[in-house]
Amino acid sequence: MRRGESRAAHSSRKVSAVTALPTETRTPRTATRRGRRAGAPYSFLAPALILFVAFFAAPIGYAAYLSLRRVKVSGLGLGAGARTEVWAGMSNYARSLTDPDFLPSVYRIGAYGLIVVPTMLGLALLMALLLDAGRTRVGTFSRTAIFLPYAVPAVVGSLLWGFLYLPRVSPFTDVVQLFGVEPPDVLTGSWVLWAVANIAVWGGTGFNMIVIYTALRAIPTDLFEAARLDGATDKQIAWRIKIPIVLPSLIMTFVFSLIATLQVFAEPMTLKPLSNTISSTWTPLMKVYRDAFVRNDIYSAAATSVVIAVATFAVSFGFLKLVGNRAFNQED
Amino acid sequence: MKKTFAGVLAAALLMTGACSSSDDSDSGTTATKPGEKVELTYWTWAPNMDKVVEGWNTAHPDIHVTVNKQDGGDPAVTKLLTAIKAGSGAPDVMQAEYQKVPTLVSANALADISKEAGSLKAKFPESAWNAVTLGGEALYGVPQDSGPMLFYYRTDVFTKLGLEAPKTWDDYAAAARKIHTANKKQYLGTFSANDPGWFAGLSQQAGASWWGINGDTWSVAINDANTQKVATYWGGLVQEGVVDNKPMYTPEWNAALNDGTQVGWLSSVWGPGVLEGNAASTKGKWKAALLPQWDAAAPANGNWGGSATSVTTQSKHKEQAAQFIAWLNTDPAGIKALAGTANVYPASVDSAAALTEPPAFLSNQPDFYTIAAEAAKITKPFTYGPNVNVAYSAYNDAFGKAAASKKSADFPAALTTMQTTTVDDMKNTGFKVAG
Repeated sequence: MRRGESRAAHSSRKVSAVTALPTETRTPRTATRRGRRAGAPYSFLAPALILFVAFFAAPIGYAAYLSLRRVKVSGLGLGAGARTEVWAGMSNYARSLTDPDFLPSVYRIGAYGLIVVPTMLGLALLMALLLDAGRTRVGTFSRTAIFLPYAVPAVVGSLLWGFLYLPRVSPFTDVVQLFGVEPPDVLTGSWVLWAVANIAVWGGTGFNMIVIYTALRAIPTDLFEAARLDGATDKQIAWRIKIPIVLPSLIMTFVFSLIATLQVFAEPMTLKPLSNTISSTWTPLMKVYRDAFVRNDIYSAAATSVVIAVATFAVSFGFLKLVGNRAFNQED
Repeated sequence: MKKTFAGVLAAALLMTGACSSSDDSDSGTTATKPGEKVELTYWTWAPNMDKVVEGWNTAHPDIHVTVNKQDGGDPAVTKLLTAIKAGSGAPDVMQAEYQKVPTLVSANALADISKEAGSLKAKFPESAWNAVTLGGEALYGVPQDSGPMLFYYRTDVFTKLGLEAPKTWDDYAAAARKIHTANKKQYLGTFSANDPGWFAGLSQQAGASWWGINGDTWSVAINDANTQKVATYWGGLVQEGVVDNKPMYTPEWNAALNDGTQVGWLSSVWGPGVLEGNAASTKGKWKAALLPQWDAAAPANGNWGGSATSVTTQSKHKEQAAQFIAWLNTDPAGIKALAGTANVYPASVDSAAALTEPPAFLSNQPDFYTIAAEAAKITKPFTYGPNVNVAYSAYNDAFGKAAASKKSADFPAALTTMQTTTVDDMKNTGFKVAG
């Protein structure tokens, strides 16, 4: 969706430039003709606008509308007409924010993000630098191998890891037992957070590595030559030239990771049936899912979704505002 | 320029309107011209149901039923509720688990077919009929299959330790201790925080009925003395460590059944099918018995599973749909196909005729269906409420915590959480709840 938006914005700029030209060069025309002319950009825009409205703005608007509604049941609530939809004001928001399960789930993804984001981006940067330094003989192979987990759907990846985590079916158990150690059940207690984070790191490192690697490849080689002539070592080149230049990519991958953290869902949801510790409100998005599809309360789910969307928006744009100007000015 | 923008905005608003304004579904039955073929769709997750329906389609060329296979009870309900809300897309006929019937009725998803099928009452046990009428005049489906609970155990392990199938829950606890003491890796069972239906069945056996209707008021009794007794009992066994605390239906649990680490299973009449899939290498070593009893002098039982066949409010062919449902669940040919082809335990009182052979996995126990019939007969009545989903998800979370903590005091506390969550939800939605 994000990609589509920027493309739409881009094309609109082009369209207006094209249509603006002839109106300026030609002699003035009648008001009606000019009016029709002025509508032209919008007819060019129409396909994009209609798609945007139908599949993006309208569903969001509908969710916002639902978040202000609720179902009112009378008496036993059985049969036709027992349920009516009424205005709820902000009561869904109040309920969602004061739900005793909500804040713990927010703290949980906070801790999860503290584990996942630095580990994943650190590994991605390290691997990208190693690949770029050309030290690895099997460059293409390593690149593909690191990227491959990203191509595995999160649900499939989580199932795979789930099998590896369960002591009785895990091949690791046999290996560890060779050394006379009983493997821990990582789906219990505080291990769970690490177990879920591990899947995210495994699945996400490859993508971020490719993004950073691509940025590294785009650096003109004469910079390195100049640095080498000045006697810089590989390590110094990495620290002083490469990392500062790919900073915009790092920031972009950071924002993506931040958003992914706020929206973590597939991994814990898939592991949930295997563990007593993962509750149905383990992450905020799981709470939305439970409210909407287990409790059939789409109104409260819509309210929580709006809260999550606003928070995601605030966090990602707040961060970009904080560091963005500096980072992206270098790009231009 | 402004006008165009306003136009786009209007179009957007129209679209939003189109998405939201279709709550009222028409449930009118359209008259069918004679000779016109009626097409019905049937959402079900029972295996081989398409083959069962073939029998109907061959015999009734004017009413054609198409089976639409569902993933299971929960996803089917979610899909149906979405279709009802959208105003279209629901099937004519729907398999609905008993515990989901009040939820579906409350969402106005199931049609009242008391006029079309009310006469079938005598064909079903009282407890099953109660589940589709909710104790009132309306009829929201016809019982399809039921799931009387049974206890499965490994005869080889029991013989080796000189044990017999436990008659009472005290016997069960003693057997669990003996088995775990003899082999630290073996357990007689597990307390599964993932299976609220299982726990509801055990509570039903103890005499609980979690919901009740009194006039126009609901009552909620999840936290009653009977269920407390069950929760405390399991909390004790888990704390002692003589039963496992891991959920059922995980790859690990499957492996445990197969490699002889789990040597017993408190399950239901459909258990052999699951064991066949999960523990194929133990074939011939299992036997079924009645559940252990709280009071051996007054044997009782609970249900785990079972479903009705209902007509949805979106069906335009209510009458024909009811005819099909009656055939499926009361006609000897239908019952035979249900039992033999779909491998379910038909709810009809006439099911014994169709169930002569024991399930393949328990071929060593010729009297399997005699025991099952006995278990079905002593099943206690149980009323489900309109927010079973809320209570069940509260069970998952609260008992998940209790099972993980392995502290017996946490089990009755989890029950209190379940009760509070359920009552709060009902009050918040506007149901009249006593207490």
